[in-house]
Amino acid sequence: MSAESTAAEIVLDHVTKRYGNSARPAIDDLSLTIPAGEICVLIGPSGGGKTTAMKMINRLITITDGDITIDGTSVRSLELTELRRGIGYVIQQIGLFPHMTVEDNIGTVPRLLGWEKKRIRNRAQELLELVGLDPGEHAKRYPSQLSGGQRQRVGLARAMAADPPLMLMDEPFGAIDPITRERLQNDFLRLHRELRKTVVFVTHDIDEAIKMGDRICILREGGVRAQYDTPEAILAAPADEFVAQFVGADRGLKRLSLRRLDEVELLPVPADDSAGTPACPSKTTLRDALSIMLTEGSTGVVVLGQEGAPTGYMTFEVVSRLLSESEGERVT
Amino acid sequence: MTAAAALFAQDGPVIPDFGRGDDCIRENGKFCLNWFLDEFTDRFWPRVVEHIELTVIAIAVGFVIAFTAALIAYRYARFELPFANVSALFYTIPSIAFFQIMVPITGIGWLTVEIALVSYTLLILFRNTLTGLREVPTEAKEAAEGMGLTRRQSLMQIELPLAAPAIVAGIRVATVTTISLATVGAFITPLGLGAPIFSAIQTGANTEFVAASLLAIALALIADVAIVMVQRALTPWSRARSPAT
Repeated sequence: MSAESTAAEIVLDHVTKRYGNSARPAIDDLSLTIPAGEICVLIGPSGGGKTTAMKMINRLITITDGDITIDGTSVRSLELTELRRGIGYVIQQIGLFPHMTVEDNIGTVPRLLGWEKKRIRNRAQELLELVGLDPGEHAKRYPSQLSGGQRQRVGLARAMAADPPLMLMDEPFGAIDPITRERLQNDFLRLHRELRKTVVFVTHDIDEAIKMGDRICILREGGVRAQYDTPEAILAAPADEFVAQFVGADRGLKRLSLRRLDEVELLPVPADDSAGTPACPSKTTLRDALSIMLTEGSTGVVVLGQEGAPTGYMTFEVVSRLLSESEGERVT
Repeated sequence: MTAAAALFAQDGPVIPDFGRGDDCIRENGKFCLNWFLDEFTDRFWPRVVEHIELTVIAIAVGFVIAFTAALIAYRYARFELPFANVSALFYTIPSIAFFQIMVPITGIGWLTVEIALVSYTLLILFRNTLTGLREVPTEAKEAAEGMGLTRRQSLMQIELPLAAPAIVAGIRVATVTTISLATVGAFITPLGLGAPIFSAIQTGANTEFVAASLLAIALALIADVAIVMVQRALTPWSRARSPAT
């Protein structure tokens, strides 16, 4: 990366949105603190106001009451265009400009900021590589010449063009086939580990929320905050019946998918390691390991280290011990 | 010497002054190429130029009016209906009647013809511009707004370029229509290719009639092709359609 990218802390301070004279607000007294560099997922049923909450940050929707600050600066105190040019914005339909090449699309905000042409071109090349596209092949193409996944990558590159400290992503992978979606999710997480921008991510898919979020904010109907915590903590201890239902009855399994075998304390490999016991690599998630046990009809699974040598042994007891841990003991 | 003057300059059968004609023209053949070629520079070319002038001015003025109206209607929807109705009203008036109605107001001259021609371009130019703007993908507009383009920047950099194919398509139809309609303007005043057509109708000069008509058709076809080429040059993106594999 060229410039050292900085991340911003976002605070929603008793934010309320009311449309017209309607009795029920769309967002009701919502407070959130999103630490700099984290991915915060907003999720909830339709009518929960997750997109509304996000759009109040870049003031596509005006705040009725309360305030939102970015690194301590109220979004209301900034010039509208200045505020928005400082925030990366990705939407589900991507919204690439069909009449501009990939390169020109990416250069949109830098152009508005008055960068030199050469700098914009270099930045576009750099970003295309970053999102996994070949600049030589794709820079001069029009959006209609790209696949859905490639378009979303360009949308991502465009949002990052001016290296904003905050990115808003509104169901960015919603309209993409499952295989491509998973690849984009993984690539985005890898990118995020490098760049550490603050990200507000809206989705309606709880699995995506658990996968992507450092924190998840679950909104219930009427824009009320139901729970705001790490995925681990929400799955371990849903705040109420609504959250429990929302995350699903399989929340224990979902929780297991958050951890890999090499992150937990395992049992020693039994000496009488009979040939029938299944084995799996230590990068496997607990959920997948459990699935292997169930499929193979075994009571345990041998965990293999990097060289393929057994390093531990997982059983049902290990799983139930981990699931009974209180959520406070582990911070992801 | 105009055709009308030629008509009065002689008596006897109605064979106008065709100068040094060969057999074909003396016998009023269907189309005498030699005569046409001889007469092209003096008799027809000035009419072609006039015709182009009439058309270009009509399209330019019509576009400025219709485009402005469309921008206003795009921003403030309540203006759409009145603008559309007025331009549709103009469009429905029979052209000959329109020319006749205008004469007491603007006199016999090019202005009368021009006003009528302009009024006929308004409907198609207004409609196409407004439709083109309205059909800009919502997500492109939303992305533009979210990235911090001002309304003006969004209009100039995103919405108008994306509406360009529809706008140019409107200009294309309006131009071809105007070239055709402008011949009727000679009913008021001898201007453009309508002048030789009208005079030939009165004198029965076949070659003049056919030549002027063919020139008007050729002009329309050339204009049509030229506008398509300009459109392609302006909107390379609209033809880029080969999704990557």
